[in-house]
Amino acid sequence: MESPTDLRYAQSHEWALLDDDGNVLVGITEHAQSELGDVVFVETPEVDRTVAAQEACAVVESVKAASDLYAPVSGTIIEVNSDLADSPELINESPYERGWIFKISPDDESEIEELMTASEYDDFVEHGA
Amino acid sequence: MRQTPLFEQHQALGGKIVDFAGWALPVQYSSQKQEHNIVREHVGIFDVSHMSPVDLTGPTVGDFLRRLLTNDVAKLSDGRALYTCMCQADGGVIDDLIVYRASADHFRLVLNAGTRDSDMAWIESQLAGVAGVELTTAFDGVLIAVQGPEAIALCEKIGLPTPEKRFSFLRDGDRWIARTGYTGEDGVEIMLGAEDGRQVWQQLIDAGAAPCGLGARDSLRLEAGMALYGNDLDREHTPIASGLAWVVDLKDPAREFIGRDVIEAAKADPQEHMVGVVLEAPGVLRGHLPLFHQNQQVGELTSGGYSVSTGRSIGLARVSTLADDYEVEIRTKRLPLRRVKYPFVSHSKATF
Repeated sequence: MESPTDLRYAQSHEWALLDDDGNVLVGITEHAQSELGDVVFVETPEVDRTVAAQEACAVVESVKAASDLYAPVSGTIIEVNSDLADSPELINESPYERGWIFKISPDDESEIEELMTASEYDDFVEHGA
Repeated sequence: MRQTPLFEQHQALGGKIVDFAGWALPVQYSSQKQEHNIVREHVGIFDVSHMSPVDLTGPTVGDFLRRLLTNDVAKLSDGRALYTCMCQADGGVIDDLIVYRASADHFRLVLNAGTRDSDMAWIESQLAGVAGVELTTAFDGVLIAVQGPEAIALCEKIGLPTPEKRFSFLRDGDRWIARTGYTGEDGVEIMLGAEDGRQVWQQLIDAGAAPCGLGARDSLRLEAGMALYGNDLDREHTPIASGLAWVVDLKDPAREFIGRDVIEAAKADPQEHMVGVVLEAPGVLRGHLPLFHQNQQVGELTSGGYSVSTGRSIGLARVSTLADDYEVEIRTKRLPLRRVKYPFVSHSKATF
């Protein structure tokens, strides 16, 4: 399995993408959605909420279990993916694109550099920490 | 983890293996939702070889089982089966199981995997001093559940005989084939030898059955309102407090089955009830979430989940107060629940 190289990854299996506006888009990885199984509900964070890196701020519920999502960087939630309310399965079908979950305006853009690269994450998934 | 004789076939089919009561079993092959839907609409097969058939034989076995089980095996004729609880003296449920009558001196019980050892200890302790009953526990074969509206046609297609009536069974050589299941759909459960089981599993797949995992098994049984031992049933609660009054047979006043006094009192004046609930808000119900009525906690969910067939979240709850509506607390939020009758699903449609 090879994860997209333009993203950064957390050990808790979120991906983060720094976009052209300096905001960070967050979702869960292909590996995470595969482990969770069919996603049936997503509890997204309130817009304007401030979050610290590694703070639990969303919940993805699959047919099997509920799983917390952690903010990969500190900042303010500025948008959530409203399509997930009616179509939570987008997380399974398109985890890196249409299944994005929330967008953070980061306090410090460089914080994203502390996350794993794609090859580090793939190695992490394959061999563990 | 113990492996069933079908383990290699699960691996070859891409089954995602998990530990279930010490057994390595597939939770799903591809998608739990797809597997769930295929059982509601067509036919799916499940490896349930972790369950444990035991035979009881001898001239007084009928009397022994009339004392051991809450349902009354005196109702059974040869080739018929019955769903029942096995309770301890205080009425707490040790296990729920199906009892099969092959003949007046030969019965079979199929025990849950998670309770097998404690069940055996209990049955053996009850056999102490009882003459004329022998317990045989050896079974290293296969149990396959074939479930769905096309299950019987599929069995016919591969030459497997099927019993005509629900809760009846037939014996075909060493095979026991029963018209039973845990999905709310028509179908059979087959007990057979290991090698025979591997072949029949493959024949069923070749004939068009979809292999289904424990995940779909759980979402199907919940929609059917069927109890899961360890969730909805345990030693702390009587069958009455678990929605299983219908498997307690009190008709014969002379039948002193274990736990009768307590269970009979609970039935006359129930302190707790099992209810079905549906979540009237977005979210997913899970076991152990607390239930409230008029701001008082009145119980908790024993099972909960997403109902694939209806797109709603459903659950079973044990409550001290019967009401039309409750609230559930999910991650500090109180969300509305409506009490509904279960089974929650019939012929793939919501019943609520």
